Amino acid sequence: MDARLGFTALQSAAGHSDIPHPEPVVRLRDFTRRFGPNTIIDGLDLDIAPGEFIALLGRSGSGKTTLLRTLAGLDEVRGQDVEVPDSRAVVFQDARLLPWKPVWKNVALGLKGDRVRDRSEAALKEVGLGHRLDAWPLTLSGGEAQRVALARALVREPKLLLLDEPFAALDALTRYRMHDLVLSLWRAHRPAVLIVTHDVEEAIALADRVLVLDKGRIVAQERITVPRGERSAISGRLREKLLSYLGGEDHGEGVVPFAPIAEAAE
Amino acid sequence: MTVLTADRRGHAHGGVQKFSLARFGGRWLSPVLLLLLWELGSRSGLIPERTLAAPSAVIGTLVEMLLSGELPSNLLVSFARVAVGLLIGVGLGLALGLVAGLSRTGELAVDPLMQIKRTIPVLALTPLFIVWFGIGETPKIALIAFAAVFPVYLNLYSGIRGVDLRLLDAAKSFGLSRWEQIWHVVLPSALPSLLVGLRYALSVAILVLVVAEQINASAGLGYLINNARDFMRTDIIVVCLMVYAILGLGADWLVRTVEARALIWRPSIVEQ
Repeated sequence: MDARLGFTALQSAAGHSDIPHPEPVVRLRDFTRRFGPNTIIDGLDLDIAPGEFIALLGRSGSGKTTLLRTLAGLDEVRGQDVEVPDSRAVVFQDARLLPWKPVWKNVALGLKGDRVRDRSEAALKEVGLGHRLDAWPLTLSGGEAQRVALARALVREPKLLLLDEPFAALDALTRYRMHDLVLSLWRAHRPAVLIVTHDVEEAIALADRVLVLDKGRIVAQERITVPRGERSAISGRLREKLLSYLGGEDHGEGVVPFAPIAEAAE
Repeated sequence: MTVLTADRRGHAHGGVQKFSLARFGGRWLSPVLLLLLWELGSRSGLIPERTLAAPSAVIGTLVEMLLSGELPSNLLVSFARVAVGLLIGVGLGLALGLVAGLSRTGELAVDPLMQIKRTIPVLALTPLFIVWFGIGETPKIALIAFAAVFPVYLNLYSGIRGVDLRLLDAAKSFGLSRWEQIWHVVLPSALPSLLVGLRYALSVAILVLVVAEQINASAGLGYLINNARDFMRTDIIVVCLMVYAILGLGADWLVRTVEARALIWRPSIVEQ
């Protein structure tokens, strides 16, 4: 079972020995980000291959959001070795639609060239919202708004699609539907995807590779080679392993994590 | 069971009738009663005509003034004063609000001056404006413009600064230029606040109009009132007061209409 996982665990980013991908779309080397005395990202190396689906796990304050903002080009990266593609798009946890523009204009926001409305309409049909082109965003449900946000990202045909906990605010049923939708869109368009999440199940269900970020470093990664849909067999053990990376190294901090209590019981 | 239902229904029916009477009859009852008392007081000589003309006399004067063209022509003069004053004042308020809202340098340059201006009551400037601009149309329009600047400025400025940074981030992540961000995100998000400012500007403009028109006017509603005062024509004064009230209502209606169009995306307005 372990052999099928293609398991690679890294104790620190310095030990990065992953097989280099041919011409990665994202390439970070020794990336560091500080806010005053706090180091948020600490010497991080990251390659993302074209069309790869990556899940980034981490607790609050692990640097997930900072890393995503860097990849999205929202923060300046002066003098750092950071390569990201120009064509990239983000889906945020809150859909962030402009309430004063009807749905199709939100999707078309900033698009250049002609036939903008047709392109927007096609993208909305792809996410199953062809009937809500002229609706006002504030009249949409949470799931619908998030599908519009997906359409708005995809209409740009990005090489890199960044998803920032996009389904965290949705109910479970809607979340599963959105997983299927994201996977089918990914298969159709083949962008590289990085999904930031704190839901281990979500990471296992979606990704080719799961990265665990802690204190600004990638402390572990798992490559999953089992096809999606047949992962229920491995998900239990993988889940435990990922959770131990997430919560295991927390000794000495204010909150007592789950793991030491379990150890004590043994 | 049947009896009980019938009883209930009868009861409910009576309740509804009473309720509707209180609602529709009741709201008009006291004003109509007041008018009647006023009319009676005038007819019986309790209220002398030089104190307050009877409602019937006021209505007669209104029709007379409408037919002679005296009221429409003077109303037009007053209306033009408000319109020109507002045009200048709102225009200035928009320009200053944009400058202060969109740039730090602009904020440093404009905002302190506007805060100083705010502390001066507009009407206190009347003597100064008469010295500067004489007693023609200019000081009247200048006063209205001066009063209308601040509410527009303040609400636009704070509307721009109150933009949702998460929406701006999203727009940035889709590669919108600075000007596209302002056009698609910043200005639309400042619009509701700007419309509140506009509503204030309209009502303060009408208030200032009333006072400004007392400055040696030779036409306009203020001129009519001044003339009527000299001849103790209380009926004409009351007619002019009514017209001022109607101007105020009209201004409010105008902004409401603009709001309903411009803010159609808001759920409360969508539901209506």
